[in-house]
Amino acid sequence: MRAQFVLSEIGVGLRRNLTMTFAVIVSVALSLALAGGSWLGREQVSHMKGYWYDKVEVSIFLCNKTDGTDTANCSKGAVTPQQMAQIHSDLVKLPIVEKVYEETPQQAYVRYQQQFKGQAGIDLLTPDQMQYSYRVKLKDPNQYQVITSAFEGRPGVQSVQDQRQLLENLFGLLNGMTYVALAVLAFMLTVAMLLIVNTVRVSAFSRRRETGIMRLVGASSFYIQMPFIMEAALAGLIGGGLACGMLLAGRYFLIEGGLALQDKIKLIQFLGWGDVVKVLPLVLAVGVLMPALAAFFTLRKYLKV
Amino acid sequence: MIRFDNVSKTYPKQNRPALRDVSLEIEKGEFVFLVGSSGSGKSTFLRLMLREERTDTGAVHVLGKDLGRLSNWKVPQMRRQVGTVFQDFRLLPNKTVAQNVAFALEVIGKPRGTIRKTVPEVLDLVGLAGKEDRMPGELSGGEQQRVAIARAFVNRPLLLIADEPTGNLDPQTSVGIMKLLDRINRTGTTVVMATHDQQIVDQMRKRVIELEQGRLVRDQSRGVYGYQH
Repeated sequence: MRAQFVLSEIGVGLRRNLTMTFAVIVSVALSLALAGGSWLGREQVSHMKGYWYDKVEVSIFLCNKTDGTDTANCSKGAVTPQQMAQIHSDLVKLPIVEKVYEETPQQAYVRYQQQFKGQAGIDLLTPDQMQYSYRVKLKDPNQYQVITSAFEGRPGVQSVQDQRQLLENLFGLLNGMTYVALAVLAFMLTVAMLLIVNTVRVSAFSRRRETGIMRLVGASSFYIQMPFIMEAALAGLIGGGLACGMLLAGRYFLIEGGLALQDKIKLIQFLGWGDVVKVLPLVLAVGVLMPALAAFFTLRKYLKV
Repeated sequence: MIRFDNVSKTYPKQNRPALRDVSLEIEKGEFVFLVGSSGSGKSTFLRLMLREERTDTGAVHVLGKDLGRLSNWKVPQMRRQVGTVFQDFRLLPNKTVAQNVAFALEVIGKPRGTIRKTVPEVLDLVGLAGKEDRMPGELSGGEQQRVAIARAFVNRPLLLIADEPTGNLDPQTSVGIMKLLDRINRTGTTVVMATHDQQIVDQMRKRVIELEQGRLVRDQSRGVYGYQH
């Protein structure tokens, strides 16, 4: 394989088709940025959901000894073992309850540490500041009200939270955005593929003289197709690189600078740079492989042996 | 060298076959003219030898290989041993004479040293020494055909296929090209040439194969263009 020969062929091909190549780069960049963006959106949602979200509907938080001072429900101090046993047996007796998990302060502490790993101030928290809780799975998630009315205000109960209800709207919005992004992505991907196929066709057509001679003198189909495939792959690589840039810029603009959601919404732990960087190799790989494969299959039709 | 066994070929959407039941054999080192009117099957005959087409029935053997059984990825290897020349030269207009010839070696991955050595040799052989750096557009038709022949011959093929190589040339230039092909033939390369040029065929007195409506109607050693009674 003569690398210099192949490289000069690629250069000629790209220059001849400059406008088409540009179109390929832009559409690959946009579709990959959307793909990466919706991937990261999903990551963000699952990040926020935490451990219990997909398992339970309602959480009953019990008082611990430090709650007494600042929570009215807990003015009588920490929950007693008898109260806990009573709450548990009552929960299990309710027909709408499917399953009850008990979480000890120690377990809660470990999960908290995992979920907010790397965030400032996490070290200030100690296991004894955490509390006992019952995580309740319902047979019918809509009947969470029953639990709330039955247990809220009971001795030893700090609060009853329907976490799902709390976050559902936000997740609904995020999921909706992800679906819109996926729809646009599918559309963009189709456009990108058609553009690549067309570019390769034009490229093959404008060089049919060369490829015709190559066939006659016995160049292998690999040798004949290589410049075209590399051309598409190179355009894809540039597009993928741009998509990576867009993702990084997107995170910066949404979370740190620009909209600065990080400063406005303290409750949510946003994706870090590491999470974004993790998807970049994937974006680049798809950026290279997708056009290369599209070119390969197009050429099979246009450059027969 | 080349053997056709009861070869028939019909192109899709055409009811008349391009070749019907053609059988013949061409030995190593022969010079063969392939004659016949347009549409008689000459081109199909040549394309079958290059495996640009496959037979419907019958078998084509070239250089000891059954082309019908040759897998696609082996076809390039076979073509490296076959040179081809066309009526329209098929040169690359944006490459010089030397680059055009070198191209044939580059694309089959020959090392640069070999290319530097063999290209001037073959250009010398076809009588183009000193014109290495000309562009094809600056050359006469005869010279362009010499470049094409140089390109076909640079890899020292065992078989040279020429499809009306003098079709675009005046009689005097044609004679020069034929002398060149004859010289190549004398190096041991088998030459199969399709032509309409009566004068050339009559002068050269080589084996003549005539096709008519896809049928082999004449196979004559030291033949002439027209029928001999």
